[in-house]
Amino acid sequence: MSLAMREALLGFRRAPVLSALSVTTIAFALFVVGLFSLVALNLQAALDRVGERVEVVMYLRRGTPVEATVLAMDDIQRFPEVARVEFVTEEEALLRAREELTEFRDIFDEFRDNPLPASLQVHLLPEHRNATTVAVVADRLRGFRFAEDVRYGGDWVENLDRLRGIAGGVGLLVGLAFAMTAVIIIGTTIRMTVLQRNREIQIMRLVGATDGFIRLPFLLEGALKGALGGLAAVGLNYAALLAVSRVLADSRFFTLPEAGAIVLFGTALGFLASAVAVRRHLRRV
Amino acid sequence: MIRFSHVFKAYPRGTLALRDVTFHIAKGEFAFLVGHSGAGKSTVLRLIYGQDLPSEGEVKVSGFDTRRIPAREIPRLRRRLGIVFQDFGLLEHRTAEENVAFALEVTGARRSTIGPKVTRVLTQVGLAGKTSAYPPELSGGEQQRVAIARALVNDPFVLLADEPTGNLDERATRGIFQLLRDINASGTAVLMATHDLDLVRSVQYRSIELEHGAIVFDSAADGEGDP
Repeated sequence: MSLAMREALLGFRRAPVLSALSVTTIAFALFVVGLFSLVALNLQAALDRVGERVEVVMYLRRGTPVEATVLAMDDIQRFPEVARVEFVTEEEALLRAREELTEFRDIFDEFRDNPLPASLQVHLLPEHRNATTVAVVADRLRGFRFAEDVRYGGDWVENLDRLRGIAGGVGLLVGLAFAMTAVIIIGTTIRMTVLQRNREIQIMRLVGATDGFIRLPFLLEGALKGALGGLAAVGLNYAALLAVSRVLADSRFFTLPEAGAIVLFGTALGFLASAVAVRRHLRRV
Repeated sequence: MIRFSHVFKAYPRGTLALRDVTFHIAKGEFAFLVGHSGAGKSTVLRLIYGQDLPSEGEVKVSGFDTRRIPAREIPRLRRRLGIVFQDFGLLEHRTAEENVAFALEVTGARRSTIGPKVTRVLTQVGLAGKTSAYPPELSGGEQQRVAIARALVNDPFVLLADEPTGNLDERATRGIFQLLRDINASGTAVLMATHDLDLVRSVQYRSIELEHGAIVFDSAADGEGDP
């Protein structure tokens, strides 16, 4: 193993320009994949933030006893789709309306009696924030006898659903296309470095090296180039994010496991591309 | 030790490189393979070191039957042979010493044994003072000596030399040939492919002449036995 590692490192020293070119090519191929992933992740995060506002509001009849409301809250909290239930009293509703609808503050001030009903605001778990589930939960809430009305902005939730679908589908297709391009570019780059050492492989075979002995340094070299390219790509992505962060507030970078996944992806690609290139080559020489 | 029995070799495009070739090289023998370019000399050597398989007939090399030898056994066969080429076949980014050591490293030899063996063979080929030189820093004759040292380092039973003097001037040719004779004198068989008839005529070694892939002359007369 130490001999193979030494040979792999020597590969860098013997062809520094080609090695640097390979690492740069891998870095840029992975940079594009990473950039796309960043856009997808941030778009997803933005949609999730919008999704947090998906809630079902059950307006209560006037005079609903507090005990009945508390019992209902317990029941609703047990719905599998529900994250939490919030009780908004009539006074709180008026207070919020005054804060949120400032242009109507004068009208609110003229009311002698509070016209706003108390309500239960039902927040759903992230995976249930879609039009179908929201409608099901709303129907269930309508079953409570003290429910005056149940509202959830059906059209808005449907539009959000559609947007998520489009973002997910396009994201998957474009992501796959970028990943495939990276695979092809990295494969070709690594293959070039193997081809360049065709004569060396021939000589190794003639002095009695086994295929495994010949292959291992190439695999290590490919994996090392992939890992270096992956690290450089993460760095480039970070620089790109810093550059746009002035314009796009709240944009997030990769978590450590996500950044690790990019480096691992590069390492695995470098390794596999080397394996394929050397295998083809060993069959020929 | 090396036995060809009615060997035919056809390449995929239908070229018949060898036709009914039968000969035997005995332990410690020195033999020339002579003939024009394309006569089949290199094909004979390639069949011996397992680079090609015979289309028909049998090639036996020190107990290995190259028709039946599993692919994973071929490296083991090659470690028992020494192979030298016209273009030297050295790794340019390694010193003379590293080129020779490489042939031992591939066998998994221990590091402590590699150094002394490399020094011994480099001294034997007359390059004790140039162990740290890279191939481009050496003359053609010196590069071929490094290649011969690499071929010798695993103590092969036969040295296969494919036009080893083809790229050398007369003086270097004489030096390399003398080195091959010395190696043979110490007990290693040598099979040397060449088209240098002056060299062949200058000594009394066995010569096997190939023409269009067939043996047209073998100075061992019966083509089967020893000279």
